[in-house]
Amino acid sequence: MNFFKKILFGAAVLGFMAGGTAEAKSKIVMDGSTTVGPIAKSFAAYFTKTKGVQVTVSESGSGNGAKSIINGTCDIANMSRAMKSKEAAAAKAKGVNPVEHIVALDGMAIVVHPSNRVNKLTKTQVRDIYTGKVTNWSQVGGPNASIVKIQRESNSGTQDTFMSLVMGKGNPVSKRAETQASNGAVKNRVASTPAAIGFIGLGFTDNSVKALSIDGVKPSVETVKDGTYPISRPLFMYTNGQPTGVVKEFIDLKDTSEGQRMISELGYVNK
Amino acid sequence: MNEEVRKESGRSGAFIISARKRKFQKIAKTAGESMLLLIASFVAIVVLFIFYFVAVDAIPYFQLRGFSEFFTSSNWYPAGEPGEFGALAIIYGSGMVTLGSTLLSVPMGIAAAICLSDILPFSVRQYAKPIIEMLAAIPSVAFGFFALVIFAPLLQTHGGPILMWVWWVLAAPFLLLAAIVIADLITAKIQDQNSRERMSKVLLAVFSVGALGFLYWVGSVLQGIEILTGTNALNVSIILSFMSLPTIVSVSEDALQAVGRDLREGSYALGATRAETIVKTILPAASSGIIAAVILGVMRALGETMVVWMASGNSSHIPDPWFNYLEAVRTLTATIAGDMGEADQVTGSARYHVLFAMGLLLLVISFFSNLVSERIVVRQRKILSGQ
Repeated sequence: MNFFKKILFGAAVLGFMAGGTAEAKSKIVMDGSTTVGPIAKSFAAYFTKTKGVQVTVSESGSGNGAKSIINGTCDIANMSRAMKSKEAAAAKAKGVNPVEHIVALDGMAIVVHPSNRVNKLTKTQVRDIYTGKVTNWSQVGGPNASIVKIQRESNSGTQDTFMSLVMGKGNPVSKRAETQASNGAVKNRVASTPAAIGFIGLGFTDNSVKALSIDGVKPSVETVKDGTYPISRPLFMYTNGQPTGVVKEFIDLKDTSEGQRMISELGYVNK
Repeated sequence: MNEEVRKESGRSGAFIISARKRKFQKIAKTAGESMLLLIASFVAIVVLFIFYFVAVDAIPYFQLRGFSEFFTSSNWYPAGEPGEFGALAIIYGSGMVTLGSTLLSVPMGIAAAICLSDILPFSVRQYAKPIIEMLAAIPSVAFGFFALVIFAPLLQTHGGPILMWVWWVLAAPFLLLAAIVIADLITAKIQDQNSRERMSKVLLAVFSVGALGFLYWVGSVLQGIEILTGTNALNVSIILSFMSLPTIVSVSEDALQAVGRDLREGSYALGATRAETIVKTILPAASSGIIAAVILGVMRALGETMVVWMASGNSSHIPDPWFNYLEAVRTLTATIAGDMGEADQVTGSARYHVLFAMGLLLLVISFFSNLVSERIVVRQRKILSGQ
């Protein structure tokens, strides 16, 4: 009994020592997709310079972005996919009303090592490679080498988009596919692995990897904008309710000429 | 006498404090004691709470899906509709990289510890040990970055030669030692000393040539191997072995040091050479500490997350054939780290709780290893003290 009394007493003393933390609200917190991240960061740099409002951008994946806005730990959630019905329901349950803003369009590039002979694939071929039906590059007109498939982790918006735009329902990715945690990591692995294939946002492609034509269409700003490139998607920012004040100004940056210049400089496509 | 006592008590009367003051002192004493007690029991409470909360979130998974799928299926599609949660391949992957790193780090670590404690002069040891311990100060994400960006491409471009060199460096000393020991054993029965020495030399030469041939043959086979993907179990095993080295070296070196001068000098006094002293006296005496060091090192490898998440390739299948270290694998820790973000969207789903089931599995494994190591240490201590 005495023992418990002592513990209770100690806990009470500790309780008195713990203080509340004050909260200041003159900054914007963003969380979410690594694909929307570059846009958010250059918007943030511009916004901080011109408006003097501090903006913090975390890149933890679309799933985490949704989680943050549902839990109220961020003002804007960056997502490279639309909010799922389950997430919307969870938001409603917590009294959060997510409002969707399309900031830009993004094409997803299927990339291979620059030394690979293959220049184009059909969407069906890409699907067969990822389901494990096609396992050697020679089956799609390439050199005789086993294909190293690289995908993204399950909380990635890029992975979700790939699953819905390329794989379709009921076609799981082969168990042998490797998983990497970001667009940069996928690009890095493909650039250093001659037999690899991966998928990354169009804005991330550069000379270290080769982007394939899909169904005969090369991924580019023009083909994404006119809708001929088959693997493209809108990029979202979500706010809790209609945005007001600095958050509204921030979201509206996408419609200004300065914002559109930043978006296209980063390799994304304006809506 | 009476006078004295009266005086004494009269004087001590000055020290009698008021009731209020005494009460205050008592409260302060209780507060101080309970604070100290709380702090002291904090660590134990934290461990219990971790166990409790992980178990509370893990049990719903088994209620939802049962035990058999988790432990027997290797279909890991947590994002599917409906999801599949077969963790067999993931458990296998964890075991594989842990075993691989242990096979590399334990011989290296114990050899380094012996070298530090019994072979190097004191002045060198003073500098060598802190440098080895520095390995522990390197953050795991730096190791992971190295494994992903530098080591993985290196394995792809120069995989065969790297494997060959590793084989030569690791196997050559062991085979040479084996040749010497076998030659000695076979000739031990020959009575005449001269012919025994001659015979032993001939046999040693024959065995050495055989061993060299074997080394060369395996080496050339290894050199011909082409590694398709550098983010594989081998890559992670090597990096993890470097990460658990400082723990193994440091703890077993302490154990070797603790053996003490008297045992060493006793052994020398009986005419033992330094090699005999190390192998027959010091190592057995320090074995409990060394086992503790090995288990700590194994736990480090099993629990490591960042390196395996970055560099193991994360593909949840059992390699084909089962011992193929050149294929990508996925571990429990990396799965928890990688799937967490999406999973706690929908608290209460199997997808959320399965990660806790994995965490519980890891906890249980490390709990039992610790228990086993504790028992070994206690038993060893009893044997050594002659009870």
